[in-house]
Amino acid sequence: MTDKQPIVVMKGITIEFPGVKALDGVDLRLFPGEVHALMGENGAGKSTMIKALTGVYKINAGTIVVDGKPQQFNGTLDAQNAGIATVYQEVNLCTNLTVGENVMLGHEVRGPLGINWKKTHEAAKQYLAQMGLENIDPRTPLSSISIAMQQLVAIARAMVIDAKVLILDEPTSSLDANEVQDLYKIMRKVRDSGVAILFVSHFLDQIYEICDRMTILRNGRFIKEVMVKDTPRNELIGMMIGKSAEELSQIGAKKARRAVDAGEKPIVSIKQLGKKGTINPVDLDIYGGEVVGFAGLLGSGRTELGRLLYGADKPDAGGSYELKGKTVSISDPYTALKNKIAYSTENRRDEGIIGDLTVRQNMLIALQATRGMLKPIPKKEADEIVAKYMKELNVQPPDPDRPIKNLSGGNQQKVLIGRWLATHPDLLILDEPTRGIDIGAKAEIQQVVLDLAEQGMGVVFISSELEEVVRLSDNIEVLKDRHKIAEIENGDTVSQQTIVDTISNTTISTGKEA
Amino acid sequence: MTTATRKAAKATKATKGFSFNPQMIPTITAVVIFILMLVMGQALFGTYARLGFFSSLFVDHAYLIILAVAMTLPILTGGIDLSVGAIVAITSVVGVKMTMAGVPAFVAIIVMLLLGVVFGLLAGVLIEEFNMQPFIATLSTMFLARGIASMISTDSLTLPEGNNFDFISQDIKIIDRPKISHDLTINVGVIIAVLVVIFGYILLHKTRTGRTIYAIGGSRSSAELMGLPAKRTNYIIYLVSGTLAALASVVYTANVGSAKNTVGVGWELDAISSVVIGGTLITGGFGYVLGSVIGALVRSIIDPLTSDFGVPAEWTTIVVGAMILIFVVLQRAVTALSGDKK
Amino acid sequence: MADTKKKAGNPIIKKLLGSNLTWSVVALLVLIVICTVFSDGFLSLRWNDNTGGLAGPLITVLQESARYLMIATGMTLVISTAGIDLSVGSVMAVSGAAAMQLLVSGVNVWAAILLSLLIGLAIGCFNGMLVSVLGLQPFITTLIMMLAGRGLAKVITSGENTDAGSVAGNGPLKWMANGFILGIPANFIIALVIVAIVALICRKTAMGMMIESVGINPEASRMTGIKPRKILFLVYAISGLLAAVAGLFATASVMRVDISKTGQDLEMYAILAVVIGGTSLLGGKFSLAGSALGAVIIAMIRKTIITLGIDSAATPAFFAIVVIVICVMQAPKIHNLGAEIKRKRALKEQAKAVAA
Repeated sequence: MTDKQPIVVMKGITIEFPGVKALDGVDLRLFPGEVHALMGENGAGKSTMIKALTGVYKINAGTIVVDGKPQQFNGTLDAQNAGIATVYQEVNLCTNLTVGENVMLGHEVRGPLGINWKKTHEAAKQYLAQMGLENIDPRTPLSSISIAMQQLVAIARAMVIDAKVLILDEPTSSLDANEVQDLYKIMRKVRDSGVAILFVSHFLDQIYEICDRMTILRNGRFIKEVMVKDTPRNELIGMMIGKSAEELSQIGAKKARRAVDAGEKPIVSIKQLGKKGTINPVDLDIYGGEVVGFAGLLGSGRTELGRLLYGADKPDAGGSYELKGKTVSISDPYTALKNKIAYSTENRRDEGIIGDLTVRQNMLIALQATRGMLKPIPKKEADEIVAKYMKELNVQPPDPDRPIKNLSGGNQQKVLIGRWLATHPDLLILDEPTRGIDIGAKAEIQQVVLDLAEQGMGVVFISSELEEVVRLSDNIEVLKDRHKIAEIENGDTVSQQTIVDTISNTTISTGKEA
Repeated sequence: MTTATRKAAKATKATKGFSFNPQMIPTITAVVIFILMLVMGQALFGTYARLGFFSSLFVDHAYLIILAVAMTLPILTGGIDLSVGAIVAITSVVGVKMTMAGVPAFVAIIVMLLLGVVFGLLAGVLIEEFNMQPFIATLSTMFLARGIASMISTDSLTLPEGNNFDFISQDIKIIDRPKISHDLTINVGVIIAVLVVIFGYILLHKTRTGRTIYAIGGSRSSAELMGLPAKRTNYIIYLVSGTLAALASVVYTANVGSAKNTVGVGWELDAISSVVIGGTLITGGFGYVLGSVIGALVRSIIDPLTSDFGVPAEWTTIVVGAMILIFVVLQRAVTALSGDKK
Repeated sequence: MADTKKKAGNPIIKKLLGSNLTWSVVALLVLIVICTVFSDGFLSLRWNDNTGGLAGPLITVLQESARYLMIATGMTLVISTAGIDLSVGSVMAVSGAAAMQLLVSGVNVWAAILLSLLIGLAIGCFNGMLVSVLGLQPFITTLIMMLAGRGLAKVITSGENTDAGSVAGNGPLKWMANGFILGIPANFIIALVIVAIVALICRKTAMGMMIESVGINPEASRMTGIKPRKILFLVYAISGLLAAVAGLFATASVMRVDISKTGQDLEMYAILAVVIGGTSLLGGKFSLAGSALGAVIIAMIRKTIITLGIDSAATPAFFAIVVIVICVMQAPKIHNLGAEIKRKRALKEQAKAVAA
């Protein structure tokens, strides 16, 4: 094992963007028959490194050697011809075509009369079978199979081009536990056939379960290449963030639910509010000063319930929505904001920031929208609001006139939270506020959540990290398969395990499917 | 979007075999409309079922069928080629001018086609090398071609007697009956149009380039990440549409025997309407060449119908505009219903 | 990147050099200089007692630019939302045709003006409805309106080029196009006032920011409580209304509508003015001042073509080339050219070093 030759050797890779060095002399070696993890915080340069290897970005310095041959990639096609295949987080297939067409695109079996569709579909079926998808007809439209299966289809495609290197960029972020296991099965199979796999994931458990070797990056620099089995987790985390594990400040221990006074009215009380195909009707009370956590896997309906509370999606008729005892109809974000409800999206890039506008404009825009287009916020008031939240949320760099797109993910998130706080909401719904941001900003945002509740605001906290939900919430709503299955009052006896058990032990009567 | 896809996935995991694609609805609608128009025309005016009617439908609109095929390619990728009408103008003016100067017709035809290639290439370069949106790039080449045509001549130019363009417009009688209006007649122009349709079909369904065209229409970025030659394919598309526009000009010019700088004004809209009525998604990724042919026939039959009904000519453009609008709205509704598109 | 060192000197000069407006002014001056060189009296201004205003080549440029100012302003707002309005030229024909036809049929001139403006507004609203409520692509929607609008103009005049020159009481409309205020063409001043009002509304209220916001990210805008549909509807409606004003300017100057030529190709001029003004065709940040300057430049280019004695048939080809050149210069490829050459050179040297 020790004298194995690497199939890919990247040395001294440097990539510059106007004004930034995204990568600075990074090395990476990939070995056949191994799963290699690329580790680092957001902004460490993982995705840039992958894009260098797949030919999406051109390198400014350094060498890439694949299978002994030096390579200069000028596009994805070059990288693919060198035997490098990639499966991205947002599956890069064509949903308008069939499964078989996607597998074989660019490699269709040709006869004297052009493409031989019969043979092409047969070949596709074989490759799909290798991925354990023998039940799928290659003529099925791609849009009708799940994301998990689409990912396997993308891997099947890699087999078609006979890839020597398979890059999996956060493939698990939208999969449930079973789907992840299926993916591992395929990954092991592919690995054992001698392919080198480069794996990127935010979940440490997954790295320790499937990976053999890892390379750690920090701030665009190479830190170390280590074997996974020789590296304890705290040491890994230390390398990733440049601090020792003990230094990681932890926010308070588990907390008990804030006592609700007798006769206290909830801020929001919904009864049988739901939307067909998204979330089954739910009853829920949210009181001022408490943090309500929504826990559940992706697709459980946690985001969908949040969006419903905000009016981002229109609820079906039949439910009721009471705001401080008054019945309201929240049919769009405007109405929600008018009624002092704010929602911070999980999809920061597509639904959150308005990239070319400045930090200042991004912070004020929701408040402005509630006041109406023709009543601009007076300059003095605007200045105060911006200054206040820039300071309170510690936005870096502290320059409000910079376009928000030039800020790091964590700081963009802080600006967005500032945007919602500027509307002075009674209820703030935070959907994955800590996803994809570095650990420092994460702790700051968690503290903000606790402070807000302390000040009497009702906060809904949605996160895929159960640990975070348990740590911050007074009350936890557990969701599964678009149903609310339990409401757990936080306390000493509640742990992540409690929630996991609740989810796995609850079966949903399928009589009424959303 | 992701939640929607996942949702759909669970629902259809079991469905197999039967697959009716709701996106076929517009194409089927177009066929039905075409038949209804024929039936209505026949019932009211009694001439629409004659072979002679079909003969002139095809002979007079061979150019439109070619343009419809040409327009199908860019629209399938989610692009557009607004320059086809102007390419017809410049190539026909150049072709007739050359013939008038005594250049043999076949040389003139080759020059015309090469001009189409040049404009197609220019559009390709602007789109691929300089990131211009297709409609802006081809709007520019449209103005460029139209402007150059006007600089060459603003007069109506007539092909000289006995030129060699004639062979294209020469009638070929297939069924000869006593009355001319019952004859089935075609000409070389119609044959060229049929060959172009076959070419379009083979290109789209039997070659990897064709598959790449659909892939780009689905998602350009995915197509690129899959290592498909998106750039080269886009060049091919605009080259082909430019060249086919020039070919349509050859057929049309031979038919009418004259040229003017204002010929082909609005033909890009006729071509777009043919493609859209024929069921190709204006946003790309779905559609057929044969659908566009049906669309071209529907578009072609509007003129005789409106004139038989005595509708003033001014109204034609409004009718055509309304038709495109209705079909685009129909597509929009179908896409929204089938659910898994943005 | 390579030349930042050279320019780093004076921040004000750097800002000026980086501004689109500066370059537009330079382009305008260059055009004026060219014309002055070729035609001696180009800069001459004299007082015309008959019209009660100044006269001279520059004055005709201002007169002509009024209509471009109108459509360019509407187009700027539409393009800022990442849309396009290809129907402006046809809307001009429709409103012009309506005004002329109404005058000929004896309607009061003010009523005729009002009605033709309303028709333009209605077409704009129709575009806006299709784009915002039905979610159709702007270019296909307005392309259809471009086609149907021309047909509508023909229907209004029954296919005639209606001439209202001899209708009594057409004075106000005539003045709008040919009159003078303090010696300066009235239509230019009216147009400037309208541009200023639109700009004021955009920047003194939150409308400008919201339009930009929708152009940059419609879904994120919706999540902040903005109603993107309302904004989209609004910009197309404004564009339709302003195109109708342009149609009045264009037809009133000769008191005659040419149903196939009035407003023909002007959508291209408007797009060009917007692009010259520095607003990206992909939407987002917009500059009304830039577009206004762009509109004047277009009138100036047309004047230059005439002054140089070039065949006016060449105008569309010439404009097409200008658009192409500007878009090519804005292309990221050209911007990154320096960096790309530097990168290639570095890699080459590195390879050499490895080999040695």
